[in-house]
Amino acid sequence: MNDDAAPVGAVVDAGAAKRTVIVSSMASDSHTWNLVYLELLLGELGFDVVNLGACVPDELLRSEYLSRRPALLVLSSVNGHGYQDGLRVIRRLREFPQAHRAPVVIGGKLGIGGALTEDEVGQLLLAGFDAVFDDQRDPAPFHRLAAELSTGSAQLPVRVEGAEA
Amino acid sequence: MSFERFVASRHAAGELVVQPRMGFADPAAMRAGLAATRDAAAATVGTITLDSYTRVGDTDSVSRALRAGNPLNGYPIVNHPPEVTRAMLDGIEGPDFPVQVRHGSARPADIFRAMIAAGLHATEGGPVSYCLPYSRTPLDESVRNWSECCELLLAAEQPGSRPHLETFGGCMLGQLCPPSELVALSVLEALFFHRAGFRSLSVSYAQQTNLAQDQEAVAALRRLCAELLPGTTWHVVVYAYMGLFPRTAAGARGLLRSAAELAVTTGSERLIVKTVAEAHRIPTVAENVAALAQAASAAGTAVAPVDADNQVYREAHALVDAVLNSHADLGRAIVIAFKRGLLDIPFCLHPDNAGQARSHLAPDGRLGWSELGSLPLRRVVERARAGPITSSTLMSALSYVQNTHDARALARPMPAIGTDAR
Repeated sequence: MNDDAAPVGAVVDAGAAKRTVIVSSMASDSHTWNLVYLELLLGELGFDVVNLGACVPDELLRSEYLSRRPALLVLSSVNGHGYQDGLRVIRRLREFPQAHRAPVVIGGKLGIGGALTEDEVGQLLLAGFDAVFDDQRDPAPFHRLAAELSTGSAQLPVRVEGAEA
Repeated sequence: MSFERFVASRHAAGELVVQPRMGFADPAAMRAGLAATRDAAAATVGTITLDSYTRVGDTDSVSRALRAGNPLNGYPIVNHPPEVTRAMLDGIEGPDFPVQVRHGSARPADIFRAMIAAGLHATEGGPVSYCLPYSRTPLDESVRNWSECCELLLAAEQPGSRPHLETFGGCMLGQLCPPSELVALSVLEALFFHRAGFRSLSVSYAQQTNLAQDQEAVAALRRLCAELLPGTTWHVVVYAYMGLFPRTAAGARGLLRSAAELAVTTGSERLIVKTVAEAHRIPTVAENVAALAQAASAAGTAVAPVDADNQVYREAHALVDAVLNSHADLGRAIVIAFKRGLLDIPFCLHPDNAGQARSHLAPDGRLGWSELGSLPLRRVVERARAGPITSSTLMSALSYVQNTHDARALARPMPAIGTDAR
């Protein structure tokens, strides 16, 4: 268990930020098993994980992203509103071009009718996500991205689309 | 229109009342879903599941989605005018087909008002179960909100039909919460409603990982309710497993069959079903109707004898007792209990949860405690020695039921190798 590796509320300096990953749901999603799992997984890869939990308001997400300056922001959603909410959230995070620009990825069950269409995945990438991980597909690309970021070998920003990467 | 009378009469007739989870943004689709539920080959109760924007009070996002024609994961009862909801229900909801509203809100006043305005008087939830897993709302605020909503619903009582509330406490986080704490939370929420004035209640319990332990849990729930809810009509509602569901259709049906077995062998009156699509997406109406018919066909199995003085009872009794002794006002007592860790839900991320207690899944599938934190169980329970929780041990615990039922389903065509292909 990596309870000790999750310094919620810790002061993060620029050096430590490389090691910080934020894991979060979005405003209307209350599912948390996905977040608990991601927290453990990313902790095992050596990151300091900040888990923002259920129903995270857009403003909180944005302020945490800008102030903690994480190496990666992982949005995980399984309630079927992830596509709509993800588009809204990423536009707010990418609103100011000069703002912190670490990769932001989204995954889970993002629509109410099964896997997203290629067009929907494209819309999410176009809006500013660096990767979309649909849980109907192979989880390996997410694990690979996280592992590459943890060893510093990832080319940033990375663009991974589903299982194609 | 009376929820309690319908359930009691079907139960007396030897039927298991079955109910889907179902919600559509479009009133015509919602009406069609309710009609199909009513017409299923089973004794059914209808469900209006609300969407998750409505759950968090984000009516602006509902408006935008409705205008743009974007899909919602449920029925937005606050945004649809009452006359729209009344028309949607007209000729469908009635004495032979009650309809329950399900939502998941820690700030449900607008939902209660919309529900009452539409003529609906049966819903579910609770100050703990609709707050800790589902929101960032402080627990004491949720307790206040739920008190007010109890008053709203009681004030809307119609002659001959008492408003009905179901506790959601028996479903906390869906999985990996030891059964005794599920029972304790369901009982405490029932008592919260009872003290608010409700005399028509149901108490939930969600199927976990071991049938015998689940049977002990329902027996414990019954015993505590019999002790603590005098002068009340109450029944037990079992939820088919709420965690990771089998991916194979046969595995999903097998799990639903064991949920129905749990309900019937414990004398439970109602069952919330899950479908073959659960692992993949939100189920269709047809998939729900098939699940209702399958679950209903389990009725008739005999009630199994379960010792009411079992381990789950002893733990649940200790938890309830500790909370009741924390403060004379039950709402305050619940808030204090979470603050002191007398109630502590494993893996729950809410800021008002202590997060010191940990659950453990034993090789026989029984759920127990590996860390007690400040839970008042030190003389009641033996802690399981468990290794550190890693992403893979967590994932295997989360997937235990899914894997067991998928493996059983996949093994069925090969009985020659000696596998139990039941």
